[in-house]
Amino acid sequence: MSFFDRLFGKKNSAESAKERLQLVLIHDRTDLTPAELDSLKDDLIATISRHVEIDAQAMQIGVEHDGRSQRLVADIPLKAARRQRARKPIK
Amino acid sequence: MPAQVITITSGKGGVGKTTAVANLAVALASDGAKVVCIDGDIGLRNLDVILGLENRIVYDIVDVIEGRCRLRQAMIRDKKLPELYLIPAAQTRDKNAVSPSDMNRLVKDLRNDFDFVLIDSPAGIERGFKNAIAPADRVIVVTNPEISAVRDADRVIGILEAEEKGPGALIINRLNPALVKNHDMLSADDVLDLLAVELIGIVPEDENVIIGSNRGAPVAFDPKSRAGQAFRNIAKRLRGEKVPFLDLDHTEGLWQRLQRLAGRK
Repeated sequence: MSFFDRLFGKKNSAESAKERLQLVLIHDRTDLTPAELDSLKDDLIATISRHVEIDAQAMQIGVEHDGRSQRLVADIPLKAARRQRARKPIK
Repeated sequence: MPAQVITITSGKGGVGKTTAVANLAVALASDGAKVVCIDGDIGLRNLDVILGLENRIVYDIVDVIEGRCRLRQAMIRDKKLPELYLIPAAQTRDKNAVSPSDMNRLVKDLRNDFDFVLIDSPAGIERGFKNAIAPADRVIVVTNPEISAVRDADRVIGILEAEEKGPGALIINRLNPALVKNHDMLSADDVLDLLAVELIGIVPEDENVIIGSNRGAPVAFDPKSRAGQAFRNIAKRLRGEKVPFLDLDHTEGLWQRLQRLAGRK
C-alpha cells in the first residue's frame, strides 16, 4: 500500500480482502443470497405482524457466525411493548 | 501399527497441493517413516516430476485397479530415500477410471506395510476429489492467503464436514511476511479467523520451492530453505510432536542486511 493511499484514508488491501471474504463465505455456507434474505425478512414481518404490532422499519436481520456455525439473527422492535413500558415505568 | 492415511486437497488449483505432498513425504521418510504417496490427479499427473521420478514409471494406479499389474509393480522407489514410494496417476485416462471403492481397496492393501499413505487430490470438488478423500483418516486442506484460495478452501472444509471426513487441518502455503507486514496480504490469523479450522502449518513463500521442483528435489531436502523447514515441522506434527510455528516476522530490509553484512548486528 502506498503512502498516498494511506494519506487519503484508503483501506489497506488485506482488510478489504477479509471483509469481502466474510460476506462471501456467509452466502457460500448458507446458500442465502441478499435477495433471499430480503424476502425472508418480508415474510417474517408479515407473519409476526399478524400476532403483534412491530416496527417494520427498524427491524434488522442478518447472519452471524460463531466458528463454522451460522446463526440467523433478527432484531424486531415491538411497538406495543414500547407503549406498555411508557405506561408502567420500571421501578 | 497400521498406516495413517492422509489426503491433501484444496479446492482451488495451483495452491501447492502436490508440493506439499512431495515435501511431507520426503520429510517423513527422512525421519525414518515408511511412506507411500499416491497421485490422485488422473490425466494431469505431476507428483512424479516434483519427486524427480518421472523416468521410472512403468505401471500406474489404473493398471493396478484394472488388474494389469500387481500393486508392488506400480510402486516406484525414491532415488535417495529407500522407504519412500510413489504410485503414479495414469496420464492418458480420465478420473472416471477410478471409483471411491477402488481407492478404499487399494489403500487397504497398503495400510499394513507403511506408516503413512499420502494421497494427492486433484483440484475441484468432483470425482477425483471424492476418490482422494474416500480412504482418508485425516484430510489436510492447503490454501494461500489469497481471496479465491480461501473461499475455495471454505467450500472444501464444508464438504468434508458433510461427508464426515472433517474438520480437516489447514496448511497456509506461500505466505509472504513482507506483504503481510504491509497489510497487503491476509495474515495467518485472518485466514484462521475466516475458516475456523485447526492450523497444522504456515509455509512462507520461498524461491527454493521452484528451484527444487526444477531439479526434482523437494525443498524438504534443503536444510537452509525456510519452506523446507516449515514442511519438516508439519511432518513432525503429523507424527504427534508439538512443534512451535516458525517465526516469520524477521524479514530483512536492505538496510538490516547491509548492517548485518557490515558486522554491526
